[in-house]
Amino acid sequence: MRLRFAWQPVLALALLILASFFPSMTMGALDAEANPTATVQVPFDGTSTLISLLLAAGAILSLVRLPKTAEALILLVASFGAAWMLVSGISGAEGSALAPFFLKLAASWFLAWRAASVLSNLSPISASARTLLRLLVPALFGAWVLILWEAIVRGAGVPFILLPPPSAIGLRLVSSVPTLWADVNQTIFKSVIAGYVAGCGLGFGAAVLADRYGFLRRGLLPIGNMVSALPIIGVAPILVNLLGFDWQSKAAVVIVMTFFPMLVNTIAGLSASGHMERDLMRTYASNYWQTLLKLRLPAAMPFIFNALKINSTLALIGAIVAEFFGTPVVGMGFRISTEVGRMNIDMVWAEIAVAALVGSLFYGGLALAERAVTFWHPSVRGG
Amino acid sequence: MDRSLKLLSFSAAMNVIASPLKPADVVPRPSGASVVEARGLGLTFKTNDGPVQALTDVNLSIGKGEFVSFIGPSGCGKTTFLRVIADLERPTAGTIHVNGMTPEQAREARAYGYVFQAAALYPWRTIEHNVALPLEIMGIGKAEREERIKRTLALVNLSGFEKKFPWQLSGGMQQRASIARALAFDADLLLMDEPFGALDEIVRDHLNEQLLQLWARTNKTICFVTHSIPEAVYLSTRIVVMSPRPGRVTDVIESTLPHERPLDIRETPEFLAIAHRVREGLRAGHSYD
Repeated sequence: MRLRFAWQPVLALALLILASFFPSMTMGALDAEANPTATVQVPFDGTSTLISLLLAAGAILSLVRLPKTAEALILLVASFGAAWMLVSGISGAEGSALAPFFLKLAASWFLAWRAASVLSNLSPISASARTLLRLLVPALFGAWVLILWEAIVRGAGVPFILLPPPSAIGLRLVSSVPTLWADVNQTIFKSVIAGYVAGCGLGFGAAVLADRYGFLRRGLLPIGNMVSALPIIGVAPILVNLLGFDWQSKAAVVIVMTFFPMLVNTIAGLSASGHMERDLMRTYASNYWQTLLKLRLPAAMPFIFNALKINSTLALIGAIVAEFFGTPVVGMGFRISTEVGRMNIDMVWAEIAVAALVGSLFYGGLALAERAVTFWHPSVRGG
Repeated sequence: MDRSLKLLSFSAAMNVIASPLKPADVVPRPSGASVVEARGLGLTFKTNDGPVQALTDVNLSIGKGEFVSFIGPSGCGKTTFLRVIADLERPTAGTIHVNGMTPEQAREARAYGYVFQAAALYPWRTIEHNVALPLEIMGIGKAEREERIKRTLALVNLSGFEKKFPWQLSGGMQQRASIARALAFDADLLLMDEPFGALDEIVRDHLNEQLLQLWARTNKTICFVTHSIPEAVYLSTRIVVMSPRPGRVTDVIESTLPHERPLDIRETPEFLAIAHRVREGLRAGHSYD
């Protein structure tokens, strides 16, 4: 039988052999062995061997020359099956895991790693399969971050205050949807959107004006530079005092943060068109607006989208931080600062998860729009 | 030939230039007012290393329907002269008229089409929309735009590539599209600045042939900058030889080749004689310092 060696399954097998030298996976099982008459629920009673067998079978089968997709499927079943049994088995015995628990966890992680590397080396012909793969590999990565987090936190019994397991965060997220929705509505749909649109719009308008009138460029750029260097932590309380507790003050902070990146990028973008292209417009006796609309703005689009993407993350940070300095009793920043004080760390994590989700969606939407608008740019069309 | 023989006007040229190559009646010359008329033209660039004389005392008259090539080593001012005609540079001495107007007025009147060294097509526009660009700027209606795009793309043999983006075409096709763009608004004067300089020789031969056909069909006046002697001789009715430091005209050669020019005309003794004279002119004007 011909083999195909990869280091991950080999290492997983080594870890399993190492784990077999230890008598028990948890302290509870040790107690039960020491006192066989007591009727205690023993963690991993029966599943311990099953986990080892599943992982060993997956690792060995993956070394055989199988079709790539079959190998990936076997590895996924073995690693996720083992992980599921490890995580569910530790319930009720949190903090009592011993070395074999972590060794088996590591073994299943290595098998999943191998699966991801097999999958990312596949080059399927059909476009839909390629799309599926492009989503599957990062999903696998994300899933394993959560699995390792869950298993380590619960196995080692990390205090809830320090780091809650993702399952608890998920439960908290699901059970407080109305609160989270109200916070998103306040922070994203009021502060961030208003501030982002106004900040980017003003930055863009100022850039066009500064490009047209030299004195503005010379006057505005250094001041804009200075404003962007102001620490947000210092600006936010001043603006909150000035404009009140509601979303307007947060939008103002977002404007301050997003204005300058848009200004600088747009000014750079407006001078991105080549000499020849501009001479061409001159030979057509094209006026200022025609040259702006037909040449300089399209050529500036890659720069403008850069600014839009940078600003999408800045806007979220700005609005959340500004809410630390005063807000009506709603908003993501308000919730984070108060729930930290009340030791509800899972709620803080839930807010973080929501912010990450919203930020990713926002950024992803922008990236899609960028592809549609700057399809012609070498960085998008590839060469 | 020395500088005193520079042409003062088109009709004078017919008489002044008396060379063994030149039976005056071989090339049928169109009549009419000159399209470009330069007198004592000079242009000095101010640079950090002191003034650079890009052009000195250029006297030249280009008649309607001529195909004039400008040839010379780099720095001889051939491109600068073309840019002065196009009002992309302002002369610092002398006068120049284009269609009887100043270059600025001529540019405002969209008197010429300019083809650059590179195609300079806008990558976000398809080929047809690139050709439409000058038409949009000049405010030409949609129906007529479409008709002209169709016609000019056919003229440069690019029919069927309307919906392609420039980066999907070869360099030669891109340059043909840029010629179509310059032709689209029907200016009588075509200024071409080494348009085929970046292309390989096979493509270049092909485009030269097509350019001559196009010139014959459209009866435009063409000013063509090149640094290739065969290209200049093959294309032109007149060859202006220039030399650098300071940029000046050293010779003006009338071509005796017939209007109808297949590519193998380049092996005829007549062709080689003209090419020899161009080479001599370039050598004489070039100071090897």
